[in-house]
Formats: sequence, structure tokens, C-alpha cells
Amino acid sequence: MGLEEKTGNMGVVTTTLETVVNWSRTNSMWPLLFGLACCAIEMMGAQASNYDLSRFGMELNRASPRQSDLMIVAGRVSRKMAPVLRQLYDQMPDPKWVLAMGDCASCGGVFNNYAIVQGVDEVVPVDVYVSGCPPRPEGLIHGILTLHEKVKKEKITHWA
Amino acid sequence: MSETLEQIVKDMKERFAVESSVYAGDTTLLLSPEYLQAAFQTLRDEYHFNMIVDVTAVDYWPQQEPRFHVVYHIYSMLNNDILRVRVPLNGNGPHLPTIEKIYPGANWKEREVWDLFGITFDGHSDLRRIVMPYDWQGHPLRKDYPLGYEEVQFTFNAAEIDKRKPYAKD
Repeated sequence: MGLEEKTGNMGVVTTTLETVVNWSRTNSMWPLLFGLACCAIEMMGAQASNYDLSRFGMELNRASPRQSDLMIVAGRVSRKMAPVLRQLYDQMPDPKWVLAMGDCASCGGVFNNYAIVQGVDEVVPVDVYVSGCPPRPEGLIHGILTLHEKVKKEKITHWA
Repeated sequence: MSETLEQIVKDMKERFAVESSVYAGDTTLLLSPEYLQAAFQTLRDEYHFNMIVDVTAVDYWPQQEPRFHVVYHIYSMLNNDILRVRVPLNGNGPHLPTIEKIYPGANWKEREVWDLFGITFDGHSDLRRIVMPYDWQGHPLRKDYPLGYEEVQFTFNAAEIDKRKPYAKD
């Protein structure tokens, strides 16, 4: 009762390089381990056993930006924190993606004042915005799967 | 108010002309700025208030004159008493002598009060910003500090605001 008996002898599979590389990128995307506010609690919830983000190959948060390729900005970013965030982004190796989780990271949310960056896209280029205050774990998982769809559509010409 | 604290308040009234009030079981002394260092030295050395709990400030602009109150909380471990000392300050270039030499723990707390309220502490060893970024202009917890506001995007004006919104490049 092995895989071969069910599928038959697969032998050779033909595909494109783009498909293989993008598939491998989506299935072992390592987020950077950091949280800035209450959204981080929901992010932890999404990674814990109830919602189990590891189904999509996302379970391994790296504590170093050198080893991660996804930055989940979970929470509000203050003007003092913004240079730190940008430095973390700059230290991540290419290819890298940014997900703005929640209203604060996307547009400032309820903190429309002098101290909070009005949308983290002023500091780093954002790929996916997830709405909610905070978004439920389903929301974050949907955002990450949306990012996966985006990555799967990337072309070899975009790789640089 | 405990008996020891009552005696202390009575002595302080005679020596430093403080006014006292009690609210919800907490004793407050209203002290004039010129006695600040002498009063705290006395409170620490003679009345065993050996711990600084907090230094903060309140801005009563525009309702009240003088505008600022700097608030000190000190604690006596010997008598288990806590005492609040308020020092009223005028708004024009407000400054106070530091009590860092008496209570070393006041160092960071005075920095914070200077950072957020712009009250200078004369003789402070290291008066830098502690909460806001070093190049920040102004003192945000003052009541006349502009809150800052970014226009909210709705469907009818999203595109127009988007044009002048700064976006980060790769």
C-alpha cells in the first residue's frame, strides 16, 4: 500500500522551472518571528494547533531576518520603531515578501496621530493587506494563502 | 492618614510652608519650587522616605494657572507610608532643580517628564529624550501640542490622497 500502487508508476513529470520554484517557495515560507501588538496574539493563534498554519508549510518562524522570507507586520508601528522595521526588512535575503496584518499596519487604524506610522507601506513595500482589528486567525491564513497565489504567479523574468 | 504621616505633614508645613490635602486616603503636599531640593533631602534623611516611586507631570492648560504640576510620589519602607508631592510650575520655559542627587532613580523619570512635557531639570546629568526619537521636535504630552492627523481615505477621495501618500520602494 504505497503511493505507487495508488497513482501508478509516475516515472517522469514534466513541468516548468517557474512552477517548481514557486511551488517550493510557497510551501516552505519562513516568517520572521516578531510581533508588535495585539495582532501578534492572533498570529500565534494561527500558528498553534487549533488553526495549524503548518498545514501550508508556514510553521517555522525564524528569529533572524537572515533566514526568513516573509515579514508579517503584526501590529502598529510607531515612528520610533519604523527605522528598526526597515532595517529588519533590508537584512532579509531576496526573495522576500511583506504582509501587513491588521488595520494598524495597513493604514494606521484607530491610531490616527503623530506617533504611529499611517500604514507600514510608507516604510516597506507591502504585498498583502489583511483587514481586521485584529484579524481572526482565519483572516491571517487567508491573507497568507492569497500571498501564496501571488507567489505562484511570479514569472522567471521577475526574479532578477 | 497614619500618625507618623500626620506628624510629618505637620513638620513639613512648619518648615517648608507646604499645603496638604487628603483624597481617597492619599496625602498630597503642595510645595513651592524653591524648597524642592531641601524638602526632598529632609523627607529622605529625616523622615525615611527612601524610595522614589514616580515622577510625572500634569498639564492643566488652558483651565488653570500655573499651568503645570510636577508630581512626585515617594515611599517610606520603614513606615509603609506613601506621600505625593505636587509642585506647580508656570508655563513659560518651566524648569525645576533636579532631585537626581537625592534619589538616583529619578534620573530616567525626569528625562521622561522633560521629553513629554518640556520641563527642564537644572543640574540633571543626562537630559536626553527617552521615549520619543532623539530628533523629535516638541513635547507631545503638552495640551497645546498638535495631535497630528492624516486624512482618512474613502472611496470618493482615495485616488486623490493616494497620489501624495509616500510609498516605500524595494
